[in-house]
Amino acid sequence: MAFAAFGSANAPAAGKPTRSGKVVIALLAPGLAYLGAFFLTPLFALIMVSLEVPDPNGGYAEYVPAFEIGNYFYVISEYLPHILRSFGYALAATVLALVISYPLAYFIGVKARPWPLLQKLMLTLVIAPFFISFLLRTLAWKQIFSNESWIVSSLHDIGLLAPTQYVVGTPFMVIFGLTYNFIPFMTLPLYTSLERLDLRYLEAGSDLYASPSKVFRKVTLPLSMPGIISGTLLTFIPIAGDYINASGDFLGSSSTSMIGNVIESNYLQINDYPSASALSVLLMGVILVLVSVYVKKSGTEDLL
Amino acid sequence: MAKEFVARGADLELKQIRKEFPGFTAIDNLDLHVPAGEFFALLGPSGCGKTTTLRLVAGLESPTKGKIFIGGKDITATKPHERPVNTVFQSYALFPHMTVLENVAFGLRQRKVADPLAKAKDALNLVQLSHLADRKPQQLSGGQQQRVALARALVNRPSLLLLDEPLGALDLKLRREMQTELKAIQMEVGLTFLHVTHDQEEAMDMADTVAVMNLGRIEQMGAPETLYDRPKTVFVSKFLGQSNLLVGDVTSTSANSISIDVAGNKISVPKNRAEKHKGKIAIGFRPEKATFSSKKPTATSAKNVIGPGEVLDIRFTGVSNQYLIEVPQLGNITVFAQNMTHFAPIEVGAKVWISWDVENSFGLSDLPAKNVKA
Repeated sequence: MAFAAFGSANAPAAGKPTRSGKVVIALLAPGLAYLGAFFLTPLFALIMVSLEVPDPNGGYAEYVPAFEIGNYFYVISEYLPHILRSFGYALAATVLALVISYPLAYFIGVKARPWPLLQKLMLTLVIAPFFISFLLRTLAWKQIFSNESWIVSSLHDIGLLAPTQYVVGTPFMVIFGLTYNFIPFMTLPLYTSLERLDLRYLEAGSDLYASPSKVFRKVTLPLSMPGIISGTLLTFIPIAGDYINASGDFLGSSSTSMIGNVIESNYLQINDYPSASALSVLLMGVILVLVSVYVKKSGTEDLL
Repeated sequence: MAKEFVARGADLELKQIRKEFPGFTAIDNLDLHVPAGEFFALLGPSGCGKTTTLRLVAGLESPTKGKIFIGGKDITATKPHERPVNTVFQSYALFPHMTVLENVAFGLRQRKVADPLAKAKDALNLVQLSHLADRKPQQLSGGQQQRVALARALVNRPSLLLLDEPLGALDLKLRREMQTELKAIQMEVGLTFLHVTHDQEEAMDMADTVAVMNLGRIEQMGAPETLYDRPKTVFVSKFLGQSNLLVGDVTSTSANSISIDVAGNKISVPKNRAEKHKGKIAIGFRPEKATFSSKKPTATSAKNVIGPGEVLDIRFTGVSNQYLIEVPQLGNITVFAQNMTHFAPIEVGAKVWISWDVENSFGLSDLPAKNVKA
């Protein structure tokens, strides 16, 4: 399964399975019960709601169970631009986060090895933004790029922005916010895998006639693949479902709405529960398919 | 890219090399010449600067001062990937994400050599591992990994092959096998090998020339037989095999030998086997060149005699016994004697005299740190 990519690459094979079956079941029971009560039941409920139809005798926002597959066709045709936009933004922000995080993680994990204190300081700085609420930080960026800010007026002055153009509410601003908010989720797994990188492999590469750029492509990059894969999954999946950055209250506008925003408005504003549920299930399904293909394609089995 | 790759080895020359690390000097004014096609061993204890020397040649470190020449060309300023040199690393450093075959083909691919896979297969044949070409390095045993590392370096036909204690991680039996194999391969391909090791047996067994390194300098260099027969310093006499050392003032000099007085014993050494001819000097002899007897032999101009001493310990090593004999005022003397009978000829506590031929003595240029300790 795709989720294996998050875990240790070489989990030991299960040992003697029958040694004390009762103890194993007893130890597993709380976890299984929790999973059943708070994951499987709501998931099942979500799927059931996604197939409901409006109650013909009821009033506004009242629905009855049915097996209306048509709900899915309806949300796809109605919200296709939002779905595509979500994955487009997620892809852009993930690639940006990777491009920004890799050199950072490489510096902390490889170059800064002789100075452990610097390593710890830099890691703390990567995590430090988490000490302030994600909402506050996102609002702060809205302030920084607000129409009245000196950044935007400077951009107007030097002509990089037309007098009628602003930054907040544009796809640029949303992708910027997404990238900013998820960079630590990319940097930390990359750091973990680069920190363990055995530099003797790089020496062997240069000894075998590979230039520094070749050594990076043929040795460093493949050896840090586990970090790249977990980092991109840890950013791409939550970004695809994010609804804060793209919302009009924060960095976005109606023209930047993502699936998350549509689900939110269907659920909380229009009270169209079946559509919101169908979109949620759809989002989950698409992510599962994309991630499985990605993990297969990136050849994690080569890293084992 | 490295421009020149020769089928035969090239010579290596280090001139006035100095390497400083923060806080200490690893190598101090090192001059070294390794002739083309030779199997050359740098032998020394850990921390003596031998691995640093190797890394300087490979380009993985750059010297603080001095120049490095390969085949007469100054390569001091070139990058590692531009040097016609390959290394067999102590840790092997086989790429874990590639198959054995891809590991071996790596250098060929970088140099854009035609048909890298076929050449890599040939190299694997040479080390008898072609059947494991598709495995990952982690699936091989230590000895197999070592051979892959050797094939990965050899396949490039470097002018100079550097071996950084490549046999260190192997068990004794495998190590002996690999030594034979390495030597055979070196003879077959005719490349220059620079082998770094702390194992004196390995160095003596394999190398044409051994350089004994200590504290960043070369103490002595020469054929293994010469080094063993005529060590010039205390360090060499102790590091390459074992030695008994006796210290005393030169009391008499004849036409071809000099003698010292050690606690009343007259010990002689041929003049041409002594580094110093006057003052306080150390004279040594090898434990296997001495014999002991329970009756005092007559000292002659050809025979040194010390004793009597008491046998403190007898260590059985199979083909021979190692006798530790305490001679009053001279300290402990070690004598090896082959086990010609199934019982030891003497017992612990026995009183014996030790004698050896004057011509087997050697006179050293320096004195041991603490006087007269075997």
